Amino acid sequence: MPENNNNSDKTNRRDFLTVATTAVGAVGVGAVVWPIVNQMNPDASVKALASIEVDLSKIKEGQEITVLWRGKPVFVKRRTKEEISNAEKVDLKELKDPQPDNKRVKKSEWLVLVGVCTHLGCVPISGKGEYAGGWFCPCHGSHYDSSGRIRKGPAPTNLEVPIYEFVGDNKIKLG
Amino acid sequence: MSDKNLENTNTEYKPVHTNKVGGSPFKGVTGWIDNRLPIFRMFKYEYLDFQVPKNLSYLWSLGGILMICLIFLIVTGLVLGMHYKPSSSEAFESVEKIMRDVNFGWLIRYMHMNFASFFFIAVYIHIFRGLYYGSYKEPRQLMWLIGIVIFFLMMATAFLGYTLPWGQMSYWGATVITNLFSAVPFVGESIVTWLWGDYAVGDATLNRFYVLHWLIAFGILGIVIFHVIALHIVGSNNPSGIEPKDTRDTVSFAPFTTSKDLFAMLIFLFAFVIITMYAPNYLGHPDNYIPADPLVTPAHIVPEWYFLPFYAILRSIPDKLMGVIAMVSSIAILGLLPWLDLSKIRSSVFRPIWKQFVFLFVLDFFILMYVGGMPAEGIYLLIGRVGTAYWFLFFLIIAPLVSLIEKPLPMPNSIHEFEQWKKLGKIKTFKLF
Repeated sequence: MPENNNNSDKTNRRDFLTVATTAVGAVGVGAVVWPIVNQMNPDASVKALASIEVDLSKIKEGQEITVLWRGKPVFVKRRTKEEISNAEKVDLKELKDPQPDNKRVKKSEWLVLVGVCTHLGCVPISGKGEYAGGWFCPCHGSHYDSSGRIRKGPAPTNLEVPIYEFVGDNKIKLG
Repeated sequence: MSDKNLENTNTEYKPVHTNKVGGSPFKGVTGWIDNRLPIFRMFKYEYLDFQVPKNLSYLWSLGGILMICLIFLIVTGLVLGMHYKPSSSEAFESVEKIMRDVNFGWLIRYMHMNFASFFFIAVYIHIFRGLYYGSYKEPRQLMWLIGIVIFFLMMATAFLGYTLPWGQMSYWGATVITNLFSAVPFVGESIVTWLWGDYAVGDATLNRFYVLHWLIAFGILGIVIFHVIALHIVGSNNPSGIEPKDTRDTVSFAPFTTSKDLFAMLIFLFAFVIITMYAPNYLGHPDNYIPADPLVTPAHIVPEWYFLPFYAILRSIPDKLMGVIAMVSSIAILGLLPWLDLSKIRSSVFRPIWKQFVFLFVLDFFILMYVGGMPAEGIYLLIGRVGTAYWFLFFLIIAPLVSLIEKPLPMPNSIHEFEQWKKLGKIKTFKLF
């Protein structure tokens, strides 16, 4: 029946079947591929990890503790007055990722940070680097200040502040 | 259709041959099998009678050596897999169990570790050979590209394998390398979480890395077969870069090339045994014998020695995304070389200017390797930046420019004439031994 296909302007039975088969096939392939791709995302048990509470009463001024939260270290630091004033008086124009100190803390004495360098994920070392009361990442040389903001080195953004709230004067809840 | 239509069709029928049995040069049982499955004749034509240039140096033995490395890696990996447990709570201890309790476990693991390193030693010499003698040029461009794919896969599987012992370097190496994907705009973080199966490198990550380590290892084997098939179509290059013309220029693969390759393999394996027996951890890092700790990053985190030049390129760019792009392109750019080097002359023997830049490139490779192992500060950062600049200049500017302005040395007409010129001292060649 070749004469049926000569009229290319008209949509014919074969065109319909081609489009319909392709469409159904694409949906079918997608339905098979998606579970195979999505199984690699964090599973229900990982997502269900409860939030944790951190007791602050034993941390002295200038001290810092590290807690493990969702597989990552979280720094909880009780800053000294000098560290707070240093962090507050920085000119925002100097910063790579400008953010005032008061946007990064709930109480200026307590700095809570995800202890993961925003460059390639190493754990920065406390009290090292060119900024007093800050952090230094040993992997690729990023320097963070006493507010956890990136000041020098390859990291693109400031250390992340996790979701947390004060559930009492000396206790925070992470997550 | 009616009968009438059938009668009217004026068709000439072409014969079909669905049955291709026959044509074997062998007799008896071998011939019977070969007529039905032509593996014996393939072996005869491609490995016994196969003609190769008669002037191949030991640098052409690296292909065979790499094949031996790959086979040893697969065999030792297979048996290690029978004792290893890919879970974050058991991995480190199961590796220690292999080292202490499993019969010859220490030997098998040290062999697997050091064959990975020696695989890279051999592949770097192999790539240098291609670079120096212009093996990437017409008609071997596709073979060169397949080779670069193999190199990428080698790096991937080496990285995944290094994660498996779950020591400190395993853990933090995995963290840093997977975080490279977070440089991708917008979807970077989601990609990294997807790769991890968690919000940090963890149990799910280790388990899938184990599977992928196997998968890619066999993927390499498959693509190596393509590399070799392509080689048997385009034929081997040689130190003169001149294609063989008649039997004065070639020898049979067996016994000439096979015996030469065998000798080279013995030398290579000798070096391998010395390292494996006397300094099995020399090429590794002591921190990897500390169990993985997600709270503490080692003070000096360095990748395996074979990644150092590319790690130096990553670190010499102060921007995260650009650093990652520079690192990946520093390898991918090798694939453009057949189209950047416009000279028709393959061998550097006849290219006095290009030759100098190739040696400078090799020096740059070692300098970057040294810098990659040093802290990312001060003078090392500066040297790393100069080295990175030369790496890209070499491909993008020097290769096309030199090929346009260089005046090549006079060339012989054939391989056997090339050999005569060498004896007469008219050509100076690069000699390995």
